[in-house]
Amino acid sequence: MQLSQILQFVLSGLSAGSVYGFTALGFTIIFNATGIINFAQGEFVMLGGLISVYYYKSLEFPLFFACLAAILTVMIIGALFERLAIYPRRNASVITLIIITIGGSMFLKGAAMHILGEDPVALPAFSGDKPIMFMGAAVLPQVIWVAGATLVAVVLLWFFYRKTILGKAMRASSDNREAAKIVGINVSRLTLYSFAFSAAIGAFAGVVVTPISMAVFEMGGMIGLKGFAAAILGGLGNPIGSVLGGLVLGVLESLSIGIISSGYKDAISLLVLLVVLFLRPSGLFGSAREERT
Amino acid sequence: MQVKNSGILKKYIPLAVFSLAIFLLPVYISNYEMKTLIFVGINAIVAMGLCLLMGYAGQISIGHAAFYGIGAYASAIITTTYGLSVWIGFLAAILLSGLVALLIGMPSLRLKGHYLAMATLGFGEIMYVFFVEMDQLTGGTEGILSIPPLSIGKFAFTTSKQIYYVVWIIAILLLIVALNVIHSRVGRALRAVHGSEIAAQAMGVNTSKYKIQIFVLSAVYAGIAGSLYAHFVNFINPSPFTLNFSIILVIIVVVGGMSSIWGALVGSFVMTLLPEYLRVFQEYNLIIYALILMSVMIFMPSGLVPGFFNLVNQFKQKEGIWRFLESKN
Amino acid sequence: MALLRIEKLTKAYGGLVAVDSVDFKIYEGQIKALIGPNGAGKTTIFNLITGMEKPDDGETFFNEQGITGLKPHQIARLGISRTFQNIQLFGEMTVLENVMVGRHPRTKAEFFASAFRLPPVGREEKAIAEDSFELAKFIGIVSKAQTLAKNLSHGERRLLEIARALATEPEIILLDEPAAGLNDRETGELGELIYRIRDKGITVFLVEHNMGLVMEISDEVVVLDHGKKIAEGPPLLIQEDEQVIEAYLGKEIEHA
Repeated sequence: MQLSQILQFVLSGLSAGSVYGFTALGFTIIFNATGIINFAQGEFVMLGGLISVYYYKSLEFPLFFACLAAILTVMIIGALFERLAIYPRRNASVITLIIITIGGSMFLKGAAMHILGEDPVALPAFSGDKPIMFMGAAVLPQVIWVAGATLVAVVLLWFFYRKTILGKAMRASSDNREAAKIVGINVSRLTLYSFAFSAAIGAFAGVVVTPISMAVFEMGGMIGLKGFAAAILGGLGNPIGSVLGGLVLGVLESLSIGIISSGYKDAISLLVLLVVLFLRPSGLFGSAREERT
Repeated sequence: MQVKNSGILKKYIPLAVFSLAIFLLPVYISNYEMKTLIFVGINAIVAMGLCLLMGYAGQISIGHAAFYGIGAYASAIITTTYGLSVWIGFLAAILLSGLVALLIGMPSLRLKGHYLAMATLGFGEIMYVFFVEMDQLTGGTEGILSIPPLSIGKFAFTTSKQIYYVVWIIAILLLIVALNVIHSRVGRALRAVHGSEIAAQAMGVNTSKYKIQIFVLSAVYAGIAGSLYAHFVNFINPSPFTLNFSIILVIIVVVGGMSSIWGALVGSFVMTLLPEYLRVFQEYNLIIYALILMSVMIFMPSGLVPGFFNLVNQFKQKEGIWRFLESKN
Repeated sequence: MALLRIEKLTKAYGGLVAVDSVDFKIYEGQIKALIGPNGAGKTTIFNLITGMEKPDDGETFFNEQGITGLKPHQIARLGISRTFQNIQLFGEMTVLENVMVGRHPRTKAEFFASAFRLPPVGREEKAIAEDSFELAKFIGIVSKAQTLAKNLSHGERRLLEIARALATEPEIILLDEPAAGLNDRETGELGELIYRIRDKGITVFLVEHNMGLVMEISDEVVVLDHGKKIAEGPPLLIQEDEQVIEAYLGKEIEHA
């Protein structure tokens, strides 16, 4: 394969990888604050995409406003999900919570299908469609948006977790929920914020990537799974690891399309997931607690 | 000695009553209803296996549709591509689903909670991709046609009534096996693993071995069901073997009641029959399934069967209080 | 020959050394106690002996057979049984069923035989039920045989854990703070029970904070402080030992 071809694959992989990275971030944020894995995370991404298109096309909001409104809407949905489905059984067993979030993901998927339709939809690119040539590979301007957004998000998150009180509180709560309560951290409030925040980040990813790859009601499942694979790869609980894991996964997937065939592309991420879970659950940069016997 | 007797009575009477009801039912129902009940039986078989895994051993799998698919494809391929007897296909379904479960189970069952759930989810999705992509073997999205029906010698089970009896006889035999396992040293060891894995280990239970064994058993149940399915509808493609079905299986087990094998049966009846009789179900099935699942987990996490017995107990207690108050007057 | 012997056992968590090169021996038929201020490393020693944790250094010998690194269920089969400081019962199983689980290492029925309920299985099940019933009688909780473990009182739960551990037919039983949360009467009964266990030929090794109980029933006491063994000997000598008194200085010695 020529260098420019490889580069093409890598670049398109980075773009998909950013979505995985953002989804992974969503997992990490909720996990850090609560120890829960939110199986509905992928649906937040899907909702960001579908709702922004709805606002833009059906309600004719201006583009940026539609995006912002969509992110806010999904954030509220995330908060509602936490209050209605998670909070009532917040002390339940791990399996119960897993099943509740699975139910939640199914519900959001079904609701999206009925309210927003079954067909794939897309937003127009933020700054035009004309590809920029970079070392022989064509890059859509939207990809630059995605990359820029990812960078900004990572920096902001790093700052948030290290330097702000709320961020530190979230890390404390994930480490030891009981101790966090004892020192006065309102853990249930934190859970609410983390769900809302994760939903917003997921929606952000959905919005930013919709111009490149269309949005459809069923996309949440695979994105969620791959986002989780990325999160585990980077070390669950590590925000920077999550984003890097997503990028690595995206590139691997993209290269596999080139080398093997497109049908198996999904299987690659899933294999990565299984391999990491089986061999090194703490991931590449892991600081996570291991859940193994 | 009182210890032994109560166990046997509790175990055999419901079984006898249930078997009798199943045996007599075809007299009263239409052909279409019988077909539906065949699906109930097939689903019940998978559900029983999953119930053993989730309710008794306390593990989780949201990828069990994969084992169902492996059983179906094994039977289909053996009987069509290789033209061998259906019972060899049946055996292949059992062996293959068991073997894959062993390979996947060994690394997976060292994981707990979310990680185990994700591993089973990932595995289920990978199998689906294989069913679609390995079209030389599986026929890809078009699937495999002309799967022969089950038969013994020259006698083929082709009518709904015949298939109904075959499926339900197998289901009841598997129910007996499940009950035997539950009420045995192995069953207690599994429930101990669920109760406190470290205490179980301290009492000499090799927890890894038992978790893997029950995982394999649950996969074999699913494989058997898959084989029966293939021979019943005579055609398979990847579309039944999706995450959606894996989740529906979890719903069946959870709604019926994880901690009771009868819950798996009740859940199968409820979740297979409900979509048939409620039109609204078919249109909004995703949302309704989701709401059922979430409502049960939030409001009645022990499920219908244990929930029912709890209500009965509460009722008895209240009755007792009423009688007491009455006698005081 | 010592029944149980630990040699230079060491375990550290990050920078914290929980168990620091500890040696001692337990002889058959003894009632030996392990005491020390909180955080001294006592439960860690139990976990190291029973295989729940791996030592960083040192070895454990049972009947002069090295058992370091064996898995917990293997160690249970060899004849070492235990109870837990934070009671680990099988809550959704009855009292009798909990004890029956304890019979696991001494019985055989596996998957295939159980699935098809072959005749030997039926006989074995009967024996398991009867043996467990007898054990429940011995301990004194048989009246609650069909009660779910999660519905027992605290004292009953402690007794059940002991019954379950005894069901494994151990040569030595490790009791982790068996008197915690018991009132005076119950503690006295516990002491009696421990004597009866010893009379059955089972060696007892216990971690305990209740000094009255410890000093009265133990043949020997080992004292741990900050992971190091600071004294070992008969109770009367331990009570006079300067280092022991210093370790407990400022802390009230209950019931002494």
